[in-house]
Amino acid sequence: MDIKYVVEKNNLYIYLFGELDEHSAKTVKSRIDGLIDHNIGVKNAIFNFSHLTFMDSTGIGVLLGRYKRLKKMKVPVFIQSPSMSVGKILQISGLYEIMPKI
Amino acid sequence: MINNMTVKFSSLSENEAFARNVIASFLLPLDPGVDELSDIKTAVSEAVTNCVVHGYPDRAGEITMTAEIENELLHIKVVDEGVGIENVEEALKPFYTTRLNEERSGMGFAIIKAFTDKMTVLSEPGKGTTVEMFKRLSKAGA
Repeated sequence: MDIKYVVEKNNLYIYLFGELDEHSAKTVKSRIDGLIDHNIGVKNAIFNFSHLTFMDSTGIGVLLGRYKRLKKMKVPVFIQSPSMSVGKILQISGLYEIMPKI
Repeated sequence: MINNMTVKFSSLSENEAFARNVIASFLLPLDPGVDELSDIKTAVSEAVTNCVVHGYPDRAGEITMTAEIENELLHIKVVDEGVGIENVEEALKPFYTTRLNEERSGMGFAIIKAFTDKMTVLSEPGKGTTVEMFKRLSKAGA
C-alpha cells in the first residue's frame, strides 16, 4: 500500500493506493499518523479513496483511530471517491456520520 | 453446473490477499459483476482475517477455504482449528470486539452478513471455528 498526500488551500488530502487490510494496517496507521504530525495546522483532512482498490473492516478501525487523533487537533475529516464496496462498509459502520463523504 | 475447490494455507496476514484472489479466480469464468465480486472478496477477507487474528492469536495454524458453486448459488466455507469463540452470539453483535486497545472495529461478522445472503458461524472453544457464507450470483451461468 502506497500513501501520498497533498496540501491544497490548507486542506490535507491523503491518497491511499492499493489494498487496506489486516496485513497492511500497521504500516498505514503509522504512515498516516506521521504525515498528520508533519502537517499540524491544516484546516481539514480529506481521505481520497479513488485509488483504494480494496478495504475490509480492518479499515474501519484504521480510520477511526486517525479520526480520534485529528479530532483532538480539531481537524474535521472527510471521505472522497470511495468504490461501491468501500462506500458500503463506511455506510454500514456509521463512519459517514463522523467523516462525511464530499 | 457444479464446480468446487479447496485450498489450505497458513494463518499469516499476507494470505488474506491470497484468499481474496483465490475466490476471485475461482469465480472469474462465471463473469461476475465488479461490485458483486468485490462484495465476495470482502466477505472472504473478513472471515480469513478472523482466523488470522482471533482463531490463532499466538501461532500460525492452518486455514481451509472451500468454495462450491451450483448453478447460481455460491457456498464458501472458511475453517480454522484455533481457539474458537466462547460466545458466538456476542461475537456476532456489531462493534463487539475482544481487542479494545487495538483499534479494531468489531464489524467483521456484520460486514459478512451485509455482503452475503446468509452466514452461519459454528464454533467450539479449543476446537476452532467454521464460517459459512451463501450468495446467489446474479450473472452465473449466463
